[in-house]
Amino acid sequence: MFAATLRGPAVDWFAISPILVLLGGALLLLVADALTPPWPKHSFALFTAATATAAGVLSVLQWQRVDEGGARTLIGDALVLDRPALWIAITICVAVLVCALITDDYLRREGIDGPELYALYLLAALGGVVMSAANDLIVLFLGLEILSIALYVMAASHRKRAESQEGGIKYFVLGGFSSAFFLYGIALIYGGAGSTNFGKIRVGLSPTLGSDRTNDALVLAGIALLLVGLAFKVAAVPFHFWTPDVYQGAPTPVTAFMASAGKAAAFGAMLRVLMEALPNWSDDYQPAVWGIAMLTLVVGSVMAVVQTNVKRMLAFSSVSHAGFILIGVEAAAHRPGAPMSGDGVSSVLMYLVIYAVLVIGTFAVVTAVGRTGDAATDLSGFRGLARNKPLLALAMTVLLLAQAGVPLTGGFIAKFGVISAAVDVHSYAIAITAMLSAVIAAFVYLRIMVSMWITDAEAGDDTRESVRVPALLWVTISSAVAFTLVVGMFPGWLVSLTP
Amino acid sequence: MIAQLSLVAVTVTATWYLLLAAMLFAIGVVGVMVRRNPLILFMCIELMLNAVNLTFVALARKIGDVGGQSTVFFVMVVAAAEVVVGLGIIVAILRRKPNATTDDLAGLKG
Repeated sequence: MFAATLRGPAVDWFAISPILVLLGGALLLLVADALTPPWPKHSFALFTAATATAAGVLSVLQWQRVDEGGARTLIGDALVLDRPALWIAITICVAVLVCALITDDYLRREGIDGPELYALYLLAALGGVVMSAANDLIVLFLGLEILSIALYVMAASHRKRAESQEGGIKYFVLGGFSSAFFLYGIALIYGGAGSTNFGKIRVGLSPTLGSDRTNDALVLAGIALLLVGLAFKVAAVPFHFWTPDVYQGAPTPVTAFMASAGKAAAFGAMLRVLMEALPNWSDDYQPAVWGIAMLTLVVGSVMAVVQTNVKRMLAFSSVSHAGFILIGVEAAAHRPGAPMSGDGVSSVLMYLVIYAVLVIGTFAVVTAVGRTGDAATDLSGFRGLARNKPLLALAMTVLLLAQAGVPLTGGFIAKFGVISAAVDVHSYAIAITAMLSAVIAAFVYLRIMVSMWITDAEAGDDTRESVRVPALLWVTISSAVAFTLVVGMFPGWLVSLTP
Repeated sequence: MIAQLSLVAVTVTATWYLLLAAMLFAIGVVGVMVRRNPLILFMCIELMLNAVNLTFVALARKIGDVGGQSTVFFVMVVAAAEVVVGLGIIVAILRRKPNATTDDLAGLKG
């Protein structure tokens, strides 16, 4: 009797297959490694890369279905299947694929090889995919926590380095703190709208339906708290304090993963919350996004200038990139509505994929130059790189120029996209600030280049451990450079693909 | 006199619980900001999460919707997972540096 009345929602298994593949890959990796004799070299990384590729290919197949049948919701409105969600899922899968290849040699160099970090990559990616496809605030929160908890462990995973654990605990405490704010925001929105589902929130908080706006304070506080939580995850000022410490402390491949997949997932979630759940409140949150974007642009680039450690420089540079992406979000907030679309949204999505590849390539070079124990990530570690490893220095130069947004590189296309989206909605102040902060940030990248190409060798340089670049790392770096240059010179195909 | 006082009917509404939850949340926030012991920091975060749970239940009761109450179970599972990971990291740090406080964790600077 009871069983007959309790009916679960219909599940479209094929539509959620990327999530299932990531989950299955992670579990299989952990269980199989525990039960079988030691795996040969490279096999963990290649298995992870294969799983990520499979999930990415399945997402691409979904893309065709969405093209034909349009966007739709899955599993009782819990998830949504549309182009932005798939775009971010593919970005995250690419990030896992590339990060796994960097991690392989890193773990053996450090003497901490094992399947755990790879399984965590896959689980974090799963969280990110759920987050960016969420159609319900609670589902979004679950995805955020799956991603975050995996990232806390990954940041602290280098057991031999005290810095890694210090970064891990800082990330954990501040991350838990911000998650609690985010959750409180969800609770207040739930109180105001009567549901956590995006569609129902949109209707429940619609001013045309409810002339009774007594819930205003509750909802506004909820929106503010949600923004705090999301701004923390994307490392926007003034919620960026964890970024430099965690980026420096975490193992370098993990840093690459945080900066690429973590940021993509968080921005995907931010767009979804602001555009699909709260489009009627854009007048209220758009000034807040504007302020955060301005602060992030300025503080990120200025603080990067005063650093001496390259990982910290790149951490602040990633803060400044978050500012650029927020420009796109701000432009999108001028024209909110579900399903989300418009120049703002597509410029954000394009920025995310270009930046993901760019930042992983950059951190791949830092992984090689950092040498054993990530000990040489100061500027001095890069001294004389052009003499010993000219190709590596050249690749790094291209990647840094792209981060600075120099024309003919992917970074230019990304920055051009968000700034033109801002100009389209007449946000001139923010566009000008963005260009000025790009100039300041360029100085940071130049400092690293000067250190590689020009700075004279000092006594003791010859006795340093030499920089080793194994084959998989070369593959990663050269594909990142190739992608950056191809997108920079022939951006048409990427622009036409972007939803 | 006492008999009269006890006759004053006090109805405990959902708002009381919302206020209590807000206070608990604030205690958690202040705790994270002022305490130095990693375990206490951690307890304060748990307090914040449970304050939100109380908010969910009170609001669910207020608007007559069961969704908020079921949400609490998800939050509890997440909190439990956070406990596992957080304690793991804290134990790893305390093993390296017994009695470490947040002041000792200042190796990363720039």
